[in-house]
Amino acid sequence: MDLPKIILRSAVPLLIGIPILWIFQGAVGGPGGTETAMAVILMMAGINVILAVSLNVVNGFTGQFSIGHAGFMAVGAYTAAKITVATNSLEIVGIPTAVSDQLIFLFAMVAGMAMAALMGLLVGMPSLRLRGDYLAIVTLGFNEIIRVLIENTEFLGQATGISGLPKRTNILWVGIAVIVTIAMAKRLLGSTHGRALLAIREDEVAAEAMGVDTTGYKVRAFVISSAFAGLAGALLVHQIQLCTPRSFTFIKSIEVVVMVVLGGMGSVTGSVVAALVLSFALEGLRDVQQYRMVMYSVLLIALMLTRPTGIFGTREIWDMIPKLRKKVSS
Amino acid sequence: MTEFLQHLVNGLSVGTIYALIALGYTMVYGVLKLINFAHGDVYMVGAFAGLYISRGLGVDQEPSLAKAGVVFIGAIVICAALGVAIERFAYRPLRQRARLTALITAIGVSFLLEYGFQLPPVIDGEVPFPPGPTPRFFPEPFARVDFEPFGVHISNYDIVSLVVAVGFMLALQYIVYRTKFGTAMRAVSFDASVAGLMGINVNRVIVWTFALGSGLAAAAAILVAGSRPSINPLLGLLPGIKAFVAAVFGGIGNVQGAMVGGLILGLSEEYVAGYLLSSYRDGIAFALLIIVLLWRPEGLFGRVRAEKV
Repeated sequence: MDLPKIILRSAVPLLIGIPILWIFQGAVGGPGGTETAMAVILMMAGINVILAVSLNVVNGFTGQFSIGHAGFMAVGAYTAAKITVATNSLEIVGIPTAVSDQLIFLFAMVAGMAMAALMGLLVGMPSLRLRGDYLAIVTLGFNEIIRVLIENTEFLGQATGISGLPKRTNILWVGIAVIVTIAMAKRLLGSTHGRALLAIREDEVAAEAMGVDTTGYKVRAFVISSAFAGLAGALLVHQIQLCTPRSFTFIKSIEVVVMVVLGGMGSVTGSVVAALVLSFALEGLRDVQQYRMVMYSVLLIALMLTRPTGIFGTREIWDMIPKLRKKVSS
Repeated sequence: MTEFLQHLVNGLSVGTIYALIALGYTMVYGVLKLINFAHGDVYMVGAFAGLYISRGLGVDQEPSLAKAGVVFIGAIVICAALGVAIERFAYRPLRQRARLTALITAIGVSFLLEYGFQLPPVIDGEVPFPPGPTPRFFPEPFARVDFEPFGVHISNYDIVSLVVAVGFMLALQYIVYRTKFGTAMRAVSFDASVAGLMGINVNRVIVWTFALGSGLAAAAAILVAGSRPSINPLLGLLPGIKAFVAAVFGGIGNVQGAMVGGLILGLSEEYVAGYLLSSYRDGIAFALLIIVLLWRPEGLFGRVRAEKV
């Protein structure tokens, strides 16, 4: 495929998505923090979709087990929060304030992604050389180190965090981010890079013997995954308008792992469905908060005992319905 | 000098505890190749088992050495049983599956214990069960006596804890290297399927390994609860992870490695926190872990094993 065609194909989901999101935004969320409860739930669900799909790139496609996703979220969130708070009163000359605010937010999100990606590179380079379970413990350790560092840094507001963030996250931004994340995952899966990742998942030693640069591919997948975790973090803190280390604990990481595992390790649509189902289910369970984590853990154990590859396994939704399958593959 | 000695005492007392917990991780990893994430929570259950037993015996009204012994042994037995149950119901069905599956299950079990213990009470009492998120006070099993040799503050709890912990480690060392069961355990650790063909009952070895490891975690919990009496359902989280770090440090699957790893971790935490960065205490373990893994991916005493396809 030549370049213009690739660009066109990449733009199609956004060209279709943005108008729909725009209408949606008008329907459920008014401007300037007057959004309905429904809009809040939708945004949270969208952020969870970004997290689950991005973690799936490492845990599902590559078969490595990372449990420190919240650490990368924190990096992206704090980077973006510092930028938007510092530039809150500024505006780009010659553009209306509303537009300039959004541009600054876009810049903050991209900066958050870049910082998270950099952190992913720093953590991934050494730890992805290790085999097996060690990555889990290193990422968990990284998550804890980030938390300890934030709690000890005055610049980042220590345990109280940064408050008074401008409210920038809206349905449109979350929607665009979701589309970009899913498109990234789908296109990655279909690429040479993605095939190499799948080979590593199936048998790392064999893949290496076939000449796949296993560490290199794993590190790149890890960096991509961290970048999108950073994006989700940036969106999250500009939704709740507060950036504290409490939002990015080990528990948050596990919540995302549960989504990925539930949906199926390696299934993009599976992650999306699981993230949506769990987000809405948790909303319904708000009255019985204390049972929430118990249900999570029981769900996790039961699922592993009965369906160790998750509900969808490595299949996508359309693989399950023969008619749809033909349409998608043709 | 006094400060240095004080840190040495504190570091040793924390380090032996890490070592006791790390032994459980390392033994389970040795036979199953599984990071038993729930081990830290078994430790927590040990502390609560001790609390319930001491309530039942009325330790807080009249403490005695005999009661302390009952609390200690009782907690160990309860945790050993819990460890066996976890193995039987959560890990055994998955033994032939991918290791990732077992790891996720272990995380699930860990969360189930942590949050299960925070649920609203089912059985009411002075301390209800489950105990809920409120911190509970662990009664002192015997009178505290403080010594101040050379200006260093030591209590009889520190001494008892050190003696008991070292005693347990020596006993474990004897079991692993001098008894028939220990030989079987090492054989299973080396290659479970071949050990099975040689007539070793692999399941029994694994069950006893879990029982031993969980019992040691309970012992550690009671020793800690004596000197730091506030206990809550999340108290196993950090010591659990740190003890795992200690086990990885020494080379996971290696019994002496876990002991040395625990001591190194305890001492380095104490010295770094004492002299340089007190508020970074919880991060030190992970920083050390990453450094050690980069330098020696198999840990200090670990052997490099070629991966088979």
